[in-house]
Amino acid sequence: MRVALMVTCVNDAMFPETGKAVVTLLRRLGVDVEFPAGQTCCGQPMVNTGYLDEAVPAVRAFTAAFAEYDAIVAPSGSCAGSARHQHALVARRSGDRTLEEAVAGTSPKVHELSEFLVDVLGATDVGAYFPHRVTYHPTCHSLRMLGVGDRPRRLLEQVRGLELVDLTSADECCGFGGTFAMKNADTSVAMGSDKARHVRDTGAEVLVAGDNSCLMHIGGLLSRQRSGVRVMHLAEVLAGTER
Amino acid sequence: MPAFPDAARAALADTQLRHNLAHATRTIRDKRAGVVAEVPEWEELRLAGAAVKDRALHDLEAQLLRLEETLVAHGATVHWARDAAEANAVVVDVARAHGVDEVVKVKSMATQEIGLNEALAEAGVAAWETDLAELIVQLGDDLPSHILVPAIHRNRAEIREIFLRRMAQVGRPAPTDLTDEPAVLAEAAREHLREKFLRATMAVSGANFAVAETGTLVVLESEGNGRMCLTLPEVLVSVVGIEKVVPTWAELDPLLRLLPRSSTGERMNPYTSTWSGVSSGDGPQEVHVVLLDNGRTRALADAVGRQALRCIRCSACLNVCPVYERVGGHAYGSVYPGPIGAILNPLLRGTGDPQTDSLPFASSLCGACFEACPVRIDIPEVLVHLRSRVVDGHRGDRVPKPEALAMRAASYVFGDHRRLAAVERTSGLAGRVLRKLGRKTLPGGRPAVEHLPGPAAAWTGARDLATPPEESFRTWWDRTDGGRR
Ligand code: SF4
Repeated sequence: MRVALMVTCVNDAMFPETGKAVVTLLRRLGVDVEFPAGQTCCGQPMVNTGYLDEAVPAVRAFTAAFAEYDAIVAPSGSCAGSARHQHALVARRSGDRTLEEAVAGTSPKVHELSEFLVDVLGATDVGAYFPHRVTYHPTCHSLRMLGVGDRPRRLLEQVRGLELVDLTSADECCGFGGTFAMKNADTSVAMGSDKARHVRDTGAEVLVAGDNSCLMHIGGLLSRQRSGVRVMHLAEVLAGTER
Repeated sequence: MPAFPDAARAALADTQLRHNLAHATRTIRDKRAGVVAEVPEWEELRLAGAAVKDRALHDLEAQLLRLEETLVAHGATVHWARDAAEANAVVVDVARAHGVDEVVKVKSMATQEIGLNEALAEAGVAAWETDLAELIVQLGDDLPSHILVPAIHRNRAEIREIFLRRMAQVGRPAPTDLTDEPAVLAEAAREHLREKFLRATMAVSGANFAVAETGTLVVLESEGNGRMCLTLPEVLVSVVGIEKVVPTWAELDPLLRLLPRSSTGERMNPYTSTWSGVSSGDGPQEVHVVLLDNGRTRALADAVGRQALRCIRCSACLNVCPVYERVGGHAYGSVYPGPIGAILNPLLRGTGDPQTDSLPFASSLCGACFEACPVRIDIPEVLVHLRSRVVDGHRGDRVPKPEALAMRAASYVFGDHRRLAAVERTSGLAGRVLRKLGRKTLPGGRPAVEHLPGPAAAWTGARDLATPPEESFRTWWDRTDGGRR
């Protein structure tokens, strides 16, 4: 099985540590993950802002970069969701039949990280060690667009040393929402502040989620509030070991 | 009406409003979740409900003609109204023909949508809302901010104050010893309304459903005040959106099971009234039905958006919406607020107006609305679709918006990984500069900035921002051969 890492544009440019963590983690589980250099972005920033035509080049680059792989792994629920559910829309509107066919080939092979670990590799214990008090925020797109369910929790529960504490109103959106965070900054901040308050109330040292964008938003608020709570991507926690 | 972001900013500053909303939506939300969980076949029920509405919508013209036929056969008069003005004119004419100067009203979204109360007032006819929450809104000279709980933004103390101040001016005064106990407030409203029920000779209603097969209109309510309006006056006018039609009596079944659990969190609806035209010696002796378009055929013509016409106005999407919970209903500038309002208003009115165009963007696309909707309207899908309509509407602009330019640039960069790598090298450099300026560290040690100029200020107004790392993932991969070197 040839497995490709879809690193996502945000992780690539802003949070490279997440991509490195996925590589470490997958290698430890015996997967020789490859990084197709031709990849750029899933196109979601354009699609969700209404610029469907502008998303076409990204979708084209995506299908070209990943066509030959058996599985595509993304450490982001929202980008995996976009590749799985929005690419067809973009291709259909472009009127390019070849692109539509290419999308039909790549979309079903995309997995969010926790899905890939649990469903494809059949692993819940990934051999991780992380001796901290942690709370978990299930991001909206993982939860609703992909339906990853309790997979991330099952993975976290197996991490040695980790104490998992429940987050109040965990299922509620943090208010990031892509360009929503800029276009409706006040509402976005109001939503995020409530999320940050719930995080602080848990007394956790670390907030974990499967999407760096949401973490960037909640983490930015937690930092401004001088809460001392650190945010980390699920992949980074799962990549941690005793040594 | 200001565009959504501005209206929202004003609403967010009202801490009492935010508190009232958070409390109320949480209460209804929990209640709904509880009763929905009791129904094991809820998913099948949702599919059945959506299918019924789709059957009616796919065949709308025939269904409406059948409805007209059966209603007329039962002695009702059917009017067709293309827009608000035509619908209002019908109601005003009926009032004039009977020389009435007041009407009692059953809570109805359609009549609010067309501004019927205002049109009647202009014609010298006072319209009295009889639904308790509507009454509070009307007496408070306020606008409804929720489909089901129009006074959701008010608390008990505010309601007491409104009753004391206003009831005497329009009818039976509130008792002087009025407290803010819910039961005491309800009693005062009952006394105030009873006087109007017994006096009025004309009533106005909407309908939750209109059965084509039998010519039956259906109203669901919790208080029984609607039933008083539907049975006591001599003349009844019902304003019904054309999307309310349901083909057969039997097909009401899933809808009547979905609605109460989704909206009020009740297992069964307290008052379900049905009527078909006129029956001599019982109830209204003159019945008019106004079939209202007002943008509905426009919405129907939109292949993605037409699913919004399935909406049964249960308000479940409002109660689970994190945006609605914080800003309330007024920010949407319409009687249809929340997620459904964000799609229905642009669909009914068309895009192109700055206020309407801001609505599809008034969502973080979290998807909670779709999950809650009893007739499975994929609101996030329609939101994205309408965003693209708004964007497409500006493609011909002589001076493109900064956002459009940014998206075009992104499109170019994302078209080729070499261009992206070049941009990342620049952002790495910018990161180096920002780290010097920022002088802040996120927990865990990452450098961050607190204040950025220009459009980025929208972010850093309340949120710190991690600075870009010097090396992107792809550069690291190339340099180290994926960590093997
Ligand atoms: S869109 Fe769905 S959830 Fe919202 S009011 Fe309509 S039927 Fe209810």
